Amino acid sequence: MENSFALVGKGYLIVAADTTAARSIVKMKSDQDKIKALSPHLLMTYSGEPGDTLQFAEFVERNIRLYQIRNLYPLRPSAAASWIRRSLAESLRSRHPYSVNLLLGGYDIASDDPHLYWIDYLGTLSEVPFAAHGYGAYFALSLLDRYHDPNATLEEGLATLKRCIDEVSKRLVVSPDKYKVKVVDKDGIRDVEL
Amino acid sequence: MNTFVDLYSTTSATAQLRRAQKITEEENEEFSDGSWGSQAGFGTIVKGGPSFMVPNVPDPTSFLRLHTDDHADPSCRIKIQHGTTTLAFRFQGGVIVAVDSRATAGSYIASGTVKKVIEINPYLLGTMAGGAADCQYWETYLGMHCRLHELRNRERISVSAASKYLSNLVYSYKGMGLSMGTMICGWDKTGPAVFYVDSDGTRMKGDLFSVGSGSTFAYGVLDQGYRWDLTDEEAQELGRRSIYAAGHRDAFSGNTCNLYHVKENGWQFVGNYDIAKMHYEGNGTGAGPYGYEPRITGEN
Repeated sequence: MENSFALVGKGYLIVAADTTAARSIVKMKSDQDKIKALSPHLLMTYSGEPGDTLQFAEFVERNIRLYQIRNLYPLRPSAAASWIRRSLAESLRSRHPYSVNLLLGGYDIASDDPHLYWIDYLGTLSEVPFAAHGYGAYFALSLLDRYHDPNATLEEGLATLKRCIDEVSKRLVVSPDKYKVKVVDKDGIRDVEL
Repeated sequence: MNTFVDLYSTTSATAQLRRAQKITEEENEEFSDGSWGSQAGFGTIVKGGPSFMVPNVPDPTSFLRLHTDDHADPSCRIKIQHGTTTLAFRFQGGVIVAVDSRATAGSYIASGTVKKVIEINPYLLGTMAGGAADCQYWETYLGMHCRLHELRNRERISVSAASKYLSNLVYSYKGMGLSMGTMICGWDKTGPAVFYVDSDGTRMKGDLFSVGSGSTFAYGVLDQGYRWDLTDEEAQELGRRSIYAAGHRDAFSGNTCNLYHVKENGWQFVGNYDIAKMHYEGNGTGAGPYGYEPRITGEN
């Protein structure tokens, strides 16, 4: 029952993921960080099959880092999204595919705007103004259709994210209680307390 | 006599198996490892290096799935040890590791004196839940590599690195029927550490874990009694009581509790405690019995 949300606003991008690690009916951990910082302006949430998630996220992290070392500049968000999508699509046709769902968000310092990509384990990639994975998506997507504003300030954006989290807590039977929230803008990545 | 007949007959099962093994050994070169998907090679043991037997069939993974029990099909003849309670937690005075000692195969208690704590080296302990053989084999194998790390780097391996080695190893066998849920516990430069590693490939750092069919019962007692600043005696008592609770409530856990304490200069075996005895008499310090009924009747 993992949930992750993300939304873009004016000059920033907010990403949130729950922090529970569950096995069967047991909550094994309640402070797991499921958001990886891939580069100074790139964030990725990962959820799905236990084991695959972290293994794939670390694979992506290292390859993005390798690109930056080789070329002295980081991959732009759109290029990173394409590369990640292709890795997943190639993995899908292998003997043991990664079952991982991702939200990739970054601030493009070349064009000075935030980008958000929704990627699933089948290798579907789409650029979206807001996104969600998990059962929470069934509540959050309609809510974001109604309340999301691409020109909102960071405070308004965080308020919208809070609406998503509150709604999921209210209506979803087994809802996570804690979320990790990170923001990326022209200054880079930072943690935010809701 | 039977073994003599087996040796020379051409139609017995062993003769057929021997012939099949000979053929596969001859054809070994023609198959790429990729077509098998097993990093251990072709299932023969002629290549050298650490290896183990793989069923001599085209697809060992599905063969194993067919003949061993799991949640989907509990009727199979080969039962793998499942029921267990193990726990480990970190506190001010180190790490407490406590486990039960019951091995079940289906509804049969195969043993009541199993060692479910695997002593990897004087500073590392591993716990056993899930497949007993899988845990024993791979944690011993992990011990070998921890020693190699010491020889190569003139430094003890960290708990983090050891657990990651194991998690990467079991991840490479994902989907091939491995079943283990283990806690790698120890003391390194960073102090006491506990990592949870399972055969899905999950690896988590944490303060407190419990694994196995009785883990929910153990958590119930453990979570309520846990504090960082527990004294050594309090912590050992908490570990014992938690395993007792699981041994009492979970049909697949019980018999005795093995207790270990990891401190700065390595682990130390604290003792073996009979769960039935703890139920009626407590831990022997005169603090009263653990069991609900004996406790209540004693108070009245």
